[in-house]
Amino acid sequence: MKMNLFAFACVIALAMQVFASSNGAWLTKVPAKEHEKTNPFRDHADAVAAGQRVYKDHCSHCHGDNQQGNKKHPQLRSARVQREATEGDLHWLLVNGSMGHGMPSWSKLGDPQIWQLVSFLKSLH
Amino acid sequence: MKMNFNFKLLRVGFLILCGAIFTASVFAQERPYFVTYSHEMEEPGNLDIELFNAVGTPRRGGNTFLGSNIEFEYGATAWWTTEFYLDGQATANDSTIFTGFRWENRFRPILGEHWINPVIYAEFEDTSADKALREVVGHDGSDDFLESNADARTDKEREMELKLILGSNYHGWNISENIIAEKNLSNDPWEFGYAIGASRPLGLKASAHDCTFCAEKFQAGVEMYGGLGDRYSFGLNDTSHYIGPTINWQAPNGLTASFSPQFGLNDFSIPRLYRFGLSYEIDQFLSRVTSGFRHGGGQ
Repeated sequence: MKMNLFAFACVIALAMQVFASSNGAWLTKVPAKEHEKTNPFRDHADAVAAGQRVYKDHCSHCHGDNQQGNKKHPQLRSARVQREATEGDLHWLLVNGSMGHGMPSWSKLGDPQIWQLVSFLKSLH
Repeated sequence: MKMNFNFKLLRVGFLILCGAIFTASVFAQERPYFVTYSHEMEEPGNLDIELFNAVGTPRRGGNTFLGSNIEFEYGATAWWTTEFYLDGQATANDSTIFTGFRWENRFRPILGEHWINPVIYAEFEDTSADKALREVVGHDGSDDFLESNADARTDKEREMELKLILGSNYHGWNISENIIAEKNLSNDPWEFGYAIGASRPLGLKASAHDCTFCAEKFQAGVEMYGGLGDRYSFGLNDTSHYIGPTINWQAPNGLTASFSPQFGLNDFSIPRLYRFGLSYEIDQFLSRVTSGFRHGGGQ
């Protein structure tokens, strides 16, 4: 009986975590310092084009060529990405991922490419 | 009649699989290590097919050999990567043989990126006469390669291998450390080993235009690995150690080519090893295969 309760609690906790991630709850996890970070590539003329290349190579397979997403991967033209999330929030998400929900960490790209990708994502609104 | 149907189905399946493979390459951004594992996992749903080779000539008149693995690495989730290897080797003046298989799993117990990131690695291997040198443990050394293939094949190694992988990414650099513990499932003692590596892309910024030989397409670094003895004689002595520079290049068609000359650091080591590899990553492999079958079924 105790085991069944434990298993039930685990399933509920997992379901809550998945629901929280898919609901954009990752935004609440971003530390204030990261939230306020500004994009050092914001004024670089070619940052959007470079970010688009990074997107095409690493992100389009899941989020779609037009950032439309699919049933498993969120679209990136949403209000959450374009308005609610700051550049710092997106940078934090790309570095840390949301691994419980299928989004890997992209820290291997390095900060410059991640910021270039943020430039591209924020240019989509 | 039924035979014909099965053959047709098999042929359609094979064509769909080939289509999935050759239309779905992705840029893998892999580290240039041959022995060291970084904490970075395979992206969920992607399949990485890798061919790694090691060429060397053992001391004391041993025959030159080529040890090879073909690896199928699949990202089961963002925190779990599973990998299946087939191993083989060819030895000059001797023979070319299949040496066995390995199945490994890597798990990231702590989600998110930290200043140091642990990964737990567990592997089962069933090999004999293996010369791919994917790790050095215990008192492994150049003399192990002097046996003929016929004799070496009789020594079946069914082993369980555990690794603690620690990795950090800092200002474009990746620094990885592996601690290895291996146990032959027969009554042999635990054996230990290590591997460390550091690497960095030659260019950190992405270019705004497609390019083939720009700096961002190359990663270079150094790796060092060796044995740490066994449970009864732990330490750096009486075992082999290697160090070498390593580099890879991301080709435009989704291939990554890697090369590393590596040098034995003591008399137990093979004096020089030349490692080279090719890898090709297929994005969202299972989705492509299943959607291929769905489309195939609708025709």
